[in-house]
Amino acid sequence: MSIWEFANPRQFMGWSGRALPWVAGLAGLCLSAGLIWGFFFTPDDFRQGSTVKIIYLHVPAAFSAINGYLIMFIGSLIWLIRRHHVSALAARAAAPIGATMTLIALITGAFWGQPMWGTWWVWDPRLTSFLILFLFYLGYIALWAAIDDPDTAADLTSVLAIVGSVFAILSRYAVLFWNQGLHQGTTVTVADGAQQDNIANVFFYPLILSMAGFSLLFISLVLLGTRTHIRARRLRVLFQKEMRT
Amino acid sequence: MIPDLGKYTFEVSMSYGIGLALLAGLVAVYVIRARQVKKQLIAAEARKDA
Repeated sequence: MSIWEFANPRQFMGWSGRALPWVAGLAGLCLSAGLIWGFFFTPDDFRQGSTVKIIYLHVPAAFSAINGYLIMFIGSLIWLIRRHHVSALAARAAAPIGATMTLIALITGAFWGQPMWGTWWVWDPRLTSFLILFLFYLGYIALWAAIDDPDTAADLTSVLAIVGSVFAILSRYAVLFWNQGLHQGTTVTVADGAQQDNIANVFFYPLILSMAGFSLLFISLVLLGTRTHIRARRLRVLFQKEMRT
Repeated sequence: MIPDLGKYTFEVSMSYGIGLALLAGLVAVYVIRARQVKKQLIAAEARKDA
């Protein structure tokens, strides 16, 4: 069986319907365990005090915001090359989730930055590229909403998603490209299969759990959103048939 | 039970409050929309079959 058969709408509705409760359940479990562990059962940092607890929301949200755009990029590329409707609809479903994750990263970052840097906002490369990423998400959502014909909307939004992926890459690597600004480097780095010493284990384990929870939540909402868009398309066809008869 | 957040109570509480509210809102929007569309589709399929 070819992998592309999973992208057939009927096949997709079948396997995603079976997978969704498990993925969503696991997401809820990891997310609540990671956040409860991080908020209630981790010590304060010797320099940052209790603000270190913001890491369990800020880093997973930023991680999901960037990887969400990657999902949109892949979905858009598949649509443009192979014209699979499900891939375009998956990219569409990912956009509001990615936008919300970006917003959470920006807001929690501001609340973390104020006591640590002495400012809510600074035009630092990573912060600025994240703000532009958020605007790309909004532009992508607005473009889908502005065009009636679904195939034309998928074409145009796919081009926008591919162009915007530059900012997703910049958001990820901005601190390396431009060695300036207030934002620190990557918190969680895995090199040669081992965790580097950027973060102590007492903070690292709940953080990984929270990141897994955010990622699984992202996947379950993309599945749910894609299923909704497929149904909405079917509904549109049925309404058009009703109008003609 | 609530940990002592010291002088950063406002910043940490606001981060969690706004972050979790946004997450809950996002999930609610996706679930409500999914239920609405599913219900409408079932009704439309029933009309077609009738």
